[in-house]
Amino acid sequence: MRPGVLDHGYGIGPKLLFRLIRLVSRHPVPDAAKVTFYRPDFYGNHAKKFTQAAMRGPSEWSVGDRELMAAYVSKVNDAPFCIAAHTATSSRAYEDEATVGAVLADLDSAPIGEALKATLRLLGKLTREGTVNADDVRAVLSAGVSRAQVEDALAVGFAFNTTDRLANAFAFEMLSQDGFEAGANYLLKRGYA
Amino acid sequence: MPADHTKRSLHQRLVDRVLQGPGEAPSDLRARAFANAELPEALHPLLDKVASSSAQVTDADFAAALEAGFTEDQLFELVVCAAAGESTRQYEAGLAALDGAAQ
Repeated sequence: MRPGVLDHGYGIGPKLLFRLIRLVSRHPVPDAAKVTFYRPDFYGNHAKKFTQAAMRGPSEWSVGDRELMAAYVSKVNDAPFCIAAHTATSSRAYEDEATVGAVLADLDSAPIGEALKATLRLLGKLTREGTVNADDVRAVLSAGVSRAQVEDALAVGFAFNTTDRLANAFAFEMLSQDGFEAGANYLLKRGYA
Repeated sequence: MPADHTKRSLHQRLVDRVLQGPGEAPSDLRARAFANAELPEALHPLLDKVASSSAQVTDADFAAALEAGFTEDQLFELVVCAAAGESTRQYEAGLAALDGAAQ
């Protein structure tokens, strides 16, 4: 990662933990997880709490839906690490790799419900243009999405608009496909907390 | 049913922490990184890209900021602030549009 302190600036506690995780999982600790242990009082602790609430807290959206939103926002932000991580997690949650692939390849023609599609469009526009208006939200509501679901989707947007930027700026190292699968398994079992 | 504002308050806590809590970078500089405004010349390429086109950030952007005397810890904080700032503007724009859609 860059700057270098994100690779080697950890105390003995996190270093031992990283080594243990590597031994047990047979995969390196993903940079996305590692960075939350860097001076966790500054960013990691609060970020984990928000992300856990957005991705695993109570919501009318399923975990698979929210992971798909994360992958989609990451695609718009051109953040390869996060696209791969959340494509794997969403595919595993849905047990359906083809649909996730179809959404990321071409949202308009993807075989998903209108409510989720309209919500992804809203997140896409917000991520691309930095803003949306009331009419954009009305289009989502009229596709059958509740106000609470719009708010929940916006929270997923915040989490991944932040994480995608850090992934790109800090140059999170890509994992092997096995590494991303192991990460997805972890995120579905244990979440982000 | 009352709206659940758990996530909004967790978001606010994150923002308050990175802007006002203890840090290596002065809090006014963290605020400028967050706002993506009035940035020192040596930080502008790095932090503006974090906000608007993060895939374009390069090693040279970090090198230029380090060369100007900023430390790695300061850059860590300022990049976090720039990322959270742009994401916050988007989150708030989305929530405002949701409020507006009720009218």
